[in-house]
Amino acid sequence: MHTAIAEIEQAQTRPDIPGFRPGDTLRVHVRVTEGNRSRIQVFQGVVIRRQGSGARETFTVRKVSYGVGVERTFPVHSPSIDHIEPVTRGRVRRAKLYYLRELRGKAARIKERRDHTGS
Amino acid sequence: MAIKGILGTKLGMTQVFNDAGQIVPVTVVQAGPCVVTAVRTPDTDGYSAVQLGYGEIDPRKVTKPVSGVFRKAGVTPRRYLAELRTDDASEYTLGEEVTAEVFASGQRVDVTGKSKGKGTAGVMKRHGFRGLGAAHGTQRKHRSPGSIGACATPARVFKGLRMAGRMGGVRTTVQSLRVHSVDAERGLLLIKGAVPGPSGRVVLVRTAARTPTGGDA
Repeated sequence: MHTAIAEIEQAQTRPDIPGFRPGDTLRVHVRVTEGNRSRIQVFQGVVIRRQGSGARETFTVRKVSYGVGVERTFPVHSPSIDHIEPVTRGRVRRAKLYYLRELRGKAARIKERRDHTGS
Repeated sequence: MAIKGILGTKLGMTQVFNDAGQIVPVTVVQAGPCVVTAVRTPDTDGYSAVQLGYGEIDPRKVTKPVSGVFRKAGVTPRRYLAELRTDDASEYTLGEEVTAEVFASGQRVDVTGKSKGKGTAGVMKRHGFRGLGAAHGTQRKHRSPGSIGACATPARVFKGLRMAGRMGGVRTTVQSLRVHSVDAERGLLLIKGAVPGPSGRVVLVRTAARTPTGGDA
């Protein structure tokens, strides 16, 4: 990649986005524009993938809403994300948690990740 | 019409966010700095245009006839030359520098360059033919052109019939692309959409010849 392009992408990235991994549960506060009004909508769910790198990185959050699975993909550095609030950290053994789509209820739970250093 | 134009190098593509938070695919073009190496006027040349020079070159590599152009303009030799037909050519002076600032964000531009060479390509890739069926007994002919003409009349294949052959590596223009933003400091143009050729190849960006009638190009 040309350095000028790398600089353009670097300028797009948001340093205020917290680190998170697949398996973590997040509350994503999204700016929604309806006509002239803008409000903030919260989308809470499990991160099932992170994809791409740099300014082009995206992540997908999955939740089950009224019995229907809903997945939303956001660019990590999107200006339409107001902020991201980590809820829990999950212990998973895959980078892409597509197997959650086949699981319901109790089976779709994710164990909480514990730091070995302790806190 | 007063056409603005500049020579530059395609650096590659990336994506940026617009004010609405949407992703816009953009091509980054290192535009200029160019110099005016000649001004064509109707009195002396029969038409009105400016000649732009762009890119570094070792002066020893410039042929004698071409180096005369640069000597006349009083500038160091440049690698690429291009002429821009414009009615306001008389407003340019020899040796004047042309930078990316000739364009403003939101403006429509045409981008001309040499497309990527594709080598020998079949009719499906080269001309968009649909090939033959995948099933119904088609044998080893799925991507073939089918018939290329009738039989004893005319007893020959018409000239110019579209067939397989060398594809790409030709001068191509993409019209009416939108300039997303201009970085005057670094001389960069961010143009929405793709432009011809691989990264690193020289392209000519100029004011769009026509404006689209609807939709966002």
